[in-house]
Amino acid sequence: MAVCVAVIAKENYPLYIRSIPTENELKFHYMVHTSLDVVDEKISAMGKALVDQRELYLGLLYPTEDYKVYPSHQLCRYGYVTNSKVKFVMVVDSSNTALRDNEIRSMFRKLHNSYTDVMCNPFYNPGDRIHSRAFDSMVTSMMIQVC
Amino acid sequence: MADAALFEFLHTEMVAELWAHHSDPGPGGQKMSLSVLEGMGFRVGQALGERLPQETLAFREELDVLKFLCKDLWVAVFQKQMDSLRTNHQGTYVLQDNSFPLLIRMAAGLQYLEEAPKFLAFTCGLLRGALSTLGIKSLVTASVASLPTCKFQVVIQKT
Repeated sequence: MAVCVAVIAKENYPLYIRSIPTENELKFHYMVHTSLDVVDEKISAMGKALVDQRELYLGLLYPTEDYKVYPSHQLCRYGYVTNSKVKFVMVVDSSNTALRDNEIRSMFRKLHNSYTDVMCNPFYNPGDRIHSRAFDSMVTSMMIQVC
Repeated sequence: MADAALFEFLHTEMVAELWAHHSDPGPGGQKMSLSVLEGMGFRVGQALGERLPQETLAFREELDVLKFLCKDLWVAVFQKQMDSLRTNHQGTYVLQDNSFPLLIRMAAGLQYLEEAPKFLAFTCGLLRGALSTLGIKSLVTASVASLPTCKFQVVIQKT
């Protein structure tokens, strides 16, 4: 279901980025990069408005856009920010199954839990790229379901 | 109940171990040990700062983060809340704990006052690490007037 998953650090550099159709990897990197602006906008907008509680899940970042190579795919981007300002961006192919909001939320929750586990690993230095195999296998399980 | 004791014993051994291998018992060697302890606390604080606020919603301002430290972090590590939090509203916060669990076993009063700072270094690092994960650069120092009451002073560094 997920076509590309990215974990972006507080300083806006990628800690982990992986996409499924590996031939168009650069295109996904570009999509994630452009989504970061939208994420930042949402965070600062929520800060200024006098909302009592700020949600971590940001929702759909960008209207769906047609994929140039395979015109049948429609790609949606979703965002999520943790309390430590680490951002998760997910690009989802919604042509096959319409994914409900709850499913996306649960995917982000799993990502957040796995990221927290990586942080608690004493051999991991915060700010490095994520090489954990457990994290990799969790992301693979999220991506493999369609293909 | 057993969990609290495990951490206390581990902490006591950590301090004892770092002081036992002192080739240079003067102030230079002591500072090294203190900064090693503080560094350990920092890394643990970073991990805790990621794991503990996981279900809570995003913090709106600095004071919320400090309140989180006094309540949730302290309860998670020491099974009690911080007793008082004061601020001068200009980036300095003083957190006071009237019966700090790591000092309470030693004595009540002024008996081991010189030894007390060693036992506070790890906790200072813990606070600094948690603050840094939550996006706040700070400097944390501890002071003891009489055991087991201790104060942690957090100065936010504005860049």
